Amino acid sequence: MSGFKNPLGDRTLRSGCSCGAHASQSEHERACTAIPDSAADDSKLYGRLVERALLQAIVPNPVQRRAFLQGVGASTIAAALASIFPIATATEVFAQAGKPEKPDLKVGFIPITCATPIIMAHPLGFYTKQGLNVEVVKAAGWAIIRDRTINNEFDAAHMLAAMPLAISLGLGSTPIPMSVAAIENVNGQAIVLANKHKDKTNPKDWKGMKFAIPFDFSMHNYLLRYFLAENGIDPDADVQLRSVPPPEMVANLRADNIDGFLAPDNVAQRAVYDGVGFIHSLSKEMWDGHPCCAFAVKNDFITQAPNTYAALLRAIVDATGYASKAENRKSIAEAIAPSAYLNAPVTVLEQVLVGTYADGLGKVKKDPARVDFDPFPYESFAVWMVTQMKRWGQIKGDVDYASVAKQVFLATDAAKVMKEMGMTPPAVSNKTFSVMGKPFDPTKPGEYAASFAIKRG
Amino acid sequence: MTHSLTLRASVLSALIFFIFVATWHLATSGSSSVAQMDPEYAKLMGLTATTGKSAMPGPLDVGAKILEHLRAPFYDRGPNDKGIGLQLAYSVGRVMLGYALAVLVAVPGGFLIGMSPLMSRALNPYIQILKPISPLAWMPLALYTIKDSSVSAIFVIFICSLWPMLINTAFGVASVRKEWLNVARTLEVPPLRRAFTIILPAAAPTILTGMRISIGIAWLVIVAAEMLVGGTGIGYFVWNEWNNLSITNVIISILVIGLVGMLLDQALARVARFVTYPD
Repeated sequence: MSGFKNPLGDRTLRSGCSCGAHASQSEHERACTAIPDSAADDSKLYGRLVERALLQAIVPNPVQRRAFLQGVGASTIAAALASIFPIATATEVFAQAGKPEKPDLKVGFIPITCATPIIMAHPLGFYTKQGLNVEVVKAAGWAIIRDRTINNEFDAAHMLAAMPLAISLGLGSTPIPMSVAAIENVNGQAIVLANKHKDKTNPKDWKGMKFAIPFDFSMHNYLLRYFLAENGIDPDADVQLRSVPPPEMVANLRADNIDGFLAPDNVAQRAVYDGVGFIHSLSKEMWDGHPCCAFAVKNDFITQAPNTYAALLRAIVDATGYASKAENRKSIAEAIAPSAYLNAPVTVLEQVLVGTYADGLGKVKKDPARVDFDPFPYESFAVWMVTQMKRWGQIKGDVDYASVAKQVFLATDAAKVMKEMGMTPPAVSNKTFSVMGKPFDPTKPGEYAASFAIKRG
Repeated sequence: MTHSLTLRASVLSALIFFIFVATWHLATSGSSSVAQMDPEYAKLMGLTATTGKSAMPGPLDVGAKILEHLRAPFYDRGPNDKGIGLQLAYSVGRVMLGYALAVLVAVPGGFLIGMSPLMSRALNPYIQILKPISPLAWMPLALYTIKDSSVSAIFVIFICSLWPMLINTAFGVASVRKEWLNVARTLEVPPLRRAFTIILPAAAPTILTGMRISIGIAWLVIVAAEMLVGGTGIGYFVWNEWNNLSITNVIISILVIGLVGMLLDQALARVARFVTYPD
């Protein structure tokens, strides 16, 4: 409780806690685990919390805020704030984020490094910190994880970022409203070719090859198709694309069943580690900061257990924030390597997460942003994926890009939670970006989808 | 003479085993040549790439790993990491449940079909169509309709082990000797008593043969079903180790699956010996 004693007392510059909002790590922990014992205490505590959050939002720079506080006085500021902002209402809303309705949860995952925040939140205690007792359950493939989530066997799950869009739209399954609560990782995929293709690095020579992708509704599929099409290869006519579960890709590459794949890590690095393939290019080189996997929940779950959902999202956002820091990566690799989680050699995971890796051609490469973690689900990511669904004929007819994106990618919720956790969410949820040099304007998705030379329908 | 035959057979078995292991050892021990590597680069690579070690484990690797498993077969470290003994127990439990359900349906059903030529003709096309369907083909449908993965796995075992038992029971019941039934009719034995005291013992060997075929199928199915569903069981164990490309553990699970399958089959063979009668 002492962490809340002086709500307007600001973070000092020697602040040593992980979220940065408390004077020391022990104080941070006490604040996180503090359970107020009476209702009166509750409302006071939340009132102070809201005041502090408001002040942080108004004067984001801690040094300036401190000077401002000292100059004017905490109580004056609180009174002034109350007159312009309905602190009472905000306090009430915030106070409702009380005890989770359903503390025992099951979260499904596929054993790849994309699931890092979901998995590591278990051994490193991010779930328990939010008062949740989460069991992370390994699933065998994307279709299985989809069905088990739809059947309520999993309360939430690790999915490919495009899957909740496809499920909500009813592509490849019955339409079930599903949401992306947070993005797990950005980047973190690579094109790997079999060693025998060492001198065929120019994609224009790839005609007739067989490639594996993890799932039809995946960034992997869309990025590989995009990459091939930009190089003048029609992904439906000139090459064969096969949907293969990530763990089976290396075995297939060794058996010469496929010539290469665009896969999530650690699968790409594993092919190098086992000496069967080399990394042709990282997906980062096509689009730096592209989304890969998502933390998905059914909309039913959000409405039935809003507090649990909020607590779960806080845990995931917290874990994602932790994973985004380079200095934590080595210990994360060790935490998620055991057979209960990824079941992979630590060396491989370290190469992926730290970004100093063997490329399979005899060189050691360094790229700390090979995989990165950013929880914010930009709506423009969703719009881009839907344009690709349209481009490759997965969606027939017209689609309202913006509203699909808004319904499935819960940017507002994520922003709120990021603020609560002391992170700064981006100001706009519709950022623009470019893929292989071609700019994408999320406000003109229809024109974008129609602008490609190679497309279906 | 019979004694010496058993002896000679076991000596031959041991010899075959020895030759097999020796060939295996020789085939995997050789290392292929590898290009020189920068030590810093080599540190990031696996043994196959750096030393040319065969990707296939040798018998010594497998043996060492078996000992490791035997030392702690029942450890339980959360939902995704359990000892091989525990995994086997899960699989056997699932098989038993699905199989027991199938027995409950197939034996009475088979009686009905076998005793009534009309039912036999009417149901025959359905049975013939449903019989050859692979367990993996049932899986998506089961998951979609039952909406629970562990129940789906049990359902798939049920549906796949049902048919051989059903057909064998029906066949056994239908081919009970006409004279015996005629004697029963002359003595005015009531139908229920006729079913239990005459038809059941007469058809028992055929029914047991059907049950033996079915337990084999059920054990085949469980591995495939668990690989798909994940979670627990020996099938999940195989999948999880394949995930890690640990061929050693995959080989061990193959051995274990074969061993347990044999035990299940032998158990039913022993039961079958009790009910056979000289004709």
